[in-house]
Amino acid sequence: MFSGVSTFAPEIDSAMAFILWWSAILMIGITAFMVYCMVRYSRKNNPKPTHIHGSVALETIWTVLPTILVLIMFYKAFGTFELMTTRPDDAMKVKVTGLKWRWVFEYENGKKADELVVPVNQAVELELHSPDVLHSFYVPAFRIKKDVVPGKDNWTWFEASEKGNYNVFCAEYCGNDHSYMLSTVRVVDSGEYSTWLNTKSEVLSGPDLLAAKGCIACHSLDGSSLVGPTFQGIFGKMETVVTDGEERQQRVDEDYLRKSILEPAVDLVKGYANQMPSQAGLLTDEELDAIIETIKELKE
Amino acid sequence: MAYAGVAPERTTFYEQGTTDKPTGLKSWLLSTDHKRIGIMYLTAMMFFFAIAVSLGLLIRLELLTSGPTLPFVNQRIYNSFFTLHGVIMIFLFVVPGLPSVFGNFFLPLQLGAEDVSFPRLNLFSFYLYMTGAVLALVSIVMPGGSPDTGWTFYVPYSYETGPAAIMAGLAAFVLGFSSILTGLNFVTTIHRMRAKGMGFFKMPLFTWSLYATAWIQVLATPVIGITLMLVLAERFLQVGVFNPALGGDPVLYQHLFWMYSHPAVYVMVLPAMGVVSDMLATFCHRTIFGYKAIALSSMSIAVVGYLVWGHHMFTTGISPTSAKIFSLLTFFVAVPTGMKIFNWVATMYKASIELKTPMLYTLAFIFQFSIGGLTGLPLAALSTDIQLHDTYFVLGHFHYVAFGGIVFAFFGGLYYWYPKMFGRMYDERQGVIGFLLQFIGFNLLYFPMFMLGLKGMPRRYYDYLPEYESLHALSTYGSWILAAGLLLMAWNFLRSLGKGEEAPDNPWEGTTLEWDTTSPPPLLNFDKEIVVTRGPYDYPEEETR
Ligand code: HEC
Ligand SMILES: [Cu+2]
Repeated sequence: MFSGVSTFAPEIDSAMAFILWWSAILMIGITAFMVYCMVRYSRKNNPKPTHIHGSVALETIWTVLPTILVLIMFYKAFGTFELMTTRPDDAMKVKVTGLKWRWVFEYENGKKADELVVPVNQAVELELHSPDVLHSFYVPAFRIKKDVVPGKDNWTWFEASEKGNYNVFCAEYCGNDHSYMLSTVRVVDSGEYSTWLNTKSEVLSGPDLLAAKGCIACHSLDGSSLVGPTFQGIFGKMETVVTDGEERQQRVDEDYLRKSILEPAVDLVKGYANQMPSQAGLLTDEELDAIIETIKELKE
Repeated sequence: MAYAGVAPERTTFYEQGTTDKPTGLKSWLLSTDHKRIGIMYLTAMMFFFAIAVSLGLLIRLELLTSGPTLPFVNQRIYNSFFTLHGVIMIFLFVVPGLPSVFGNFFLPLQLGAEDVSFPRLNLFSFYLYMTGAVLALVSIVMPGGSPDTGWTFYVPYSYETGPAAIMAGLAAFVLGFSSILTGLNFVTTIHRMRAKGMGFFKMPLFTWSLYATAWIQVLATPVIGITLMLVLAERFLQVGVFNPALGGDPVLYQHLFWMYSHPAVYVMVLPAMGVVSDMLATFCHRTIFGYKAIALSSMSIAVVGYLVWGHHMFTTGISPTSAKIFSLLTFFVAVPTGMKIFNWVATMYKASIELKTPMLYTLAFIFQFSIGGLTGLPLAALSTDIQLHDTYFVLGHFHYVAFGGIVFAFFGGLYYWYPKMFGRMYDERQGVIGFLLQFIGFNLLYFPMFMLGLKGMPRRYYDYLPEYESLHALSTYGSWILAAGLLLMAWNFLRSLGKGEEAPDNPWEGTTLEWDTTSPPPLLNFDKEIVVTRGPYDYPEEETR
């Protein structure tokens, strides 16, 4: 096991250790007794068994003692849970969006990023949103996990107690690239954090940008069809789209691209299902422009 | 399937059927004899089990190394692998397995009855089961690809997948009805068909466990039926129930799903506990310790097991108060479960233990099931579950329960009752070697999963970070050893059908009623009238003392 680096990690780890150690003790006891009986009371060593029908005293003991033990376990894990589900007052807020298949973090000053950067020793409250299916925001090192449920305002919080980089996983199955829905939490000191917060993130361009925004999980650049249509050579082409169940012809121009990215459910490319998560609010204007530029350039 | 091994005056159920002609395919497919139905279930289930195991081996192979491993398996295909593995294992084998195979064959025998209460309904359940199974298999080849939703069909993702998910849901719906009818049949049989003198507390523990199970089947299964109906209504009529796009609540789906599927865990595990209790008493050659405690703990597990489904949902954002209640109730299931384990090991005290193959499976059951149960504790506790939920720890936990527990009990039961069912003995040496391979392979396969989970490895991942690689590789090696053990076992059973030694009526000196008749039994089970005067595990030697 790794060491936990959030303020509630030590307490959770101690509850975990308590439960696992007692389990190990019980397990060793049960196994040792079985092995002893297997040898001592084998057919060879004990051809005449004794028929003992039961014992009220023993039944009482092994009902009452385990009850007490599990109540202690319950109690040990209870306190931290209470803390984890109580909103802290002085927390900074970050809006987290989980969508197929990436994480987007938005800060109070409007800055958007693909990784979560937070100052050390500062409570951080995460507001969790999903525009598509269920996801789950999981940072093993902080011992936190919360499902991201479309239509529901879930939240969670943590306070990191050590600087470093920590894995973010998606823990609720969400389709093809579930296992690639990864990100990083970067815990830095407060000075570094405010510099980071107030610098504009650099905008990538070309295929790198499409990769960073998760588009290539569904759109190929080489003409092959994946979950969605390829980007290769679409600009300027006439496309059959389905709008409100009606088929119609549409030229792929800048406006159409913009609309397809922000409101993908409105015009569906014929032959494809409504599976693209809306990117509205998840791309900066610069990023959106750069994406459209990139698609325009992907000639055959 | 003619049976050649008994004297001519002892006609077995293989030679005398319920249809006009006693042999031939039709005499089986239309048979209302509980024993033939049990064997038909067994045949079908071993086939499905083999498919699901193969899928499991493919999953493990793909996970052997970090990054894509098998050339033809991409994420989409991998996701259908684990979906189908789960759907087939759970719905076609582990949930219906013990009640349908051994319950059908041995419940009437253990009660001293001629058949179940409603023999025709029993055959109908079998055909419902087969229909469900066929639908599940059809879903694999539906246009748009095999189902890839996971066996839980969580919305809204399952709405995105094409017709395959609908088909698989329909399969689960039909299978549910098969389960309800079997439960109904068993409850009635136990109330109405017990032999003269057999009070409730003279019933064998396997029968007791079927009784508890049957009630859950009757009372919990309709919930999944209703849920699946709602899913279909939402999909085709656009009524918002679960789908957030229509104003529904995806968490409600999870509530309903687990309201059935958690009790279903007890449908699987209670009969396994029953089989184990019977085998333990037989191979310890002594009366079982704490008979009433074991019998009644089954009932209390069945009752409390109803009220704990929320422990699957601590991370969904359900209210903290309800999470606390669910957590507390879940811990209370641990108490009667622990009680059973203590009574079993106490039965070994001052016993006269014979380590035949079924007994080895029994001991492995106690060992592995205890690990499965104890690793349930950090998942029942609130804050530790937050960390472990949806990680490999959960996979380890439920495979220790479902495979290390239930399936091991199933195999033990198969070895134990094989002589009674087929009139032949299996090969003991091969049985032991097969067991050892399975035991070692199983633990090597699943124990590393606890470590992976504690290190944060999430489940249902096609690919993983390199830091998890060595434990994954270890687990995959285990799967190969396990597979070898399974193959040896299959060979042993198949070969012994024709080549095994002729089985005596009571090869293990068992005390329950099924050992009081011939191997295999005649059509109406007993040649004489049964009057029960002693407890199920009372030994004659004890009475004379
Ligand atoms: C989960 C899969 C998925 C992801 C991720 C995804 N898309 Fe899509 N996209 C689709 C599907 C399916 C369609 C076709 C149906 C439709 O029009 O909505 C589509 C259609 C489009 C179209 C219209 C194409 C045409 O031929 O008319 C554009 C443009 C587009 N996506 C851009 C993007 C961009 C940019 C991103 C990354 C920010 C992205 N998509 C991410 C699945 C996805
Ligand atoms: Cu996800």
